[in-house]
Amino acid sequence: MSTIGTIKLSNARIAWRAAQDIEDGAYVNLGIGFPEMVAQYTVEGRTPVFHTENGVLGFGPAPAKGDEDWDLINAGKKAITLKPGAAFFHHADSFAMVRGGHLDVAILGAFQIAENGDLANWSVGKGAIPAVGGAMDLVQSAKRVAVVTDHVTKKGQPKLVQRCSMPLTGVACVTRIYTSLAVVDVEDGRFLLREKLPEISFDDLQALTGAELTTQGDVMDLVVPDLN
Amino acid sequence: MDKTVPTLADAVADIDDGATVMIGGFGGSGAPIELIHALIDKKPTGLTVINNNAGNGHVGIAAMIENGLVAKMICSFPRSSNPVAFTEAYNAGKVALEVVPQGTLAERIRAAGAGIPAFYTATSYGTDLAEGKPVEEFDGKYYVRERWLKADFALIKGQQGDMFGNLTYRMAGRNFNPIMAMAATRTIAQVSEFVEPGAIDPEHVITPGIFVDAMIKVPNPAQEETLIRDGVVYP
Repeated sequence: MSTIGTIKLSNARIAWRAAQDIEDGAYVNLGIGFPEMVAQYTVEGRTPVFHTENGVLGFGPAPAKGDEDWDLINAGKKAITLKPGAAFFHHADSFAMVRGGHLDVAILGAFQIAENGDLANWSVGKGAIPAVGGAMDLVQSAKRVAVVTDHVTKKGQPKLVQRCSMPLTGVACVTRIYTSLAVVDVEDGRFLLREKLPEISFDDLQALTGAELTTQGDVMDLVVPDLN
Repeated sequence: MDKTVPTLADAVADIDDGATVMIGGFGGSGAPIELIHALIDKKPTGLTVINNNAGNGHVGIAAMIENGLVAKMICSFPRSSNPVAFTEAYNAGKVALEVVPQGTLAERIRAAGAGIPAFYTATSYGTDLAEGKPVEEFDGKYYVRERWLKADFALIKGQQGDMFGNLTYRMAGRNFNPIMAMAATRTIAQVSEFVEPGAIDPEHVITPGIFVDAMIKVPNPAQEETLIRDGVVYP
């Protein structure tokens, strides 16, 4: 399995794959950090509208250095720009959009995802200062909750597990997982393998997964351009 | 009627030891930095501070913590690019922390302003942050009961304001400011542009003056993010 490091997808390529599933006109919230990369790979001809917790719909990429306006930031406190048709609103309205089920997709990172869709992504547990932000709101209420992640931890431990051992962000909330090796859906309390890199066998992928990977019909090849 | 007060010191004069203070802003965006610094000059202690974050660098809320004003933070995300002030005070046991999911924090504040003592949300169900809170099932899904969150004072930042207290905001600087204005016994607003009544089109008023008790003109306010990047330490 020492070849995993050479075949696995980079974060950019995982983000590209996740972006292919975002429809034209979808309202989308991207988590801070890695998930934000998904916006860079918006499919040509589609116009998703990006939501940020601090009260903006319809924002665009970062401005050029020196053009930042620090009243115009995203949830990661980074400077952003506005697209035509953007809107500002206060925090209670922003989370009414979330809690009221108006967001089509939320994409987040993960420490662990359980086969029933439980997500752990906010706290490593004892010792750390807890900081949750809007993650617990997003995962319980967006129509689709997707995760972008490495398939295993830096130490090689599975991130897709039977039961999360880390503090939960939400219960039975994740609907799709884009990993560095595969695309996996959560359906009826189990992992359903939809796509995998052609370079890895099903058995090797299963060995890197902490719960049973089920299939339904064909498992498609996970094909992502080089992006270089 | 004229809600303006002459100086920043007058604006915060009533905030005494042990008060609960909401402070608008999300990071530096929409943060009433001049009001915060005026409060540091007055130096009440034992404050409970409600904000999305817990300060950054050595200005604003971080400087409140470093100067010993804060006994407790209620926030969703006590991390920032330079969280040293909060982190050291928390680890030393000097500042208590209540972490609240961001949407729940916003709605608890909104509920207080609207006179609604509690509400149910799916947020945090099944997690450590729901521990000890009542849970109820509605239409087959489980929800956690959350209480309103009130304050003695709110310090907020508006863009335009008139003597009635009508306010607009600047871009994403709106964030928590309008709901905090509703949830405090006494709301104190700093405004970057003070205008004659009627200059704000009534269609464009975001916070109606009924929610604002005192106003202070602060033209050309400092931007917290810029102060942090310049390494400013307050005072």
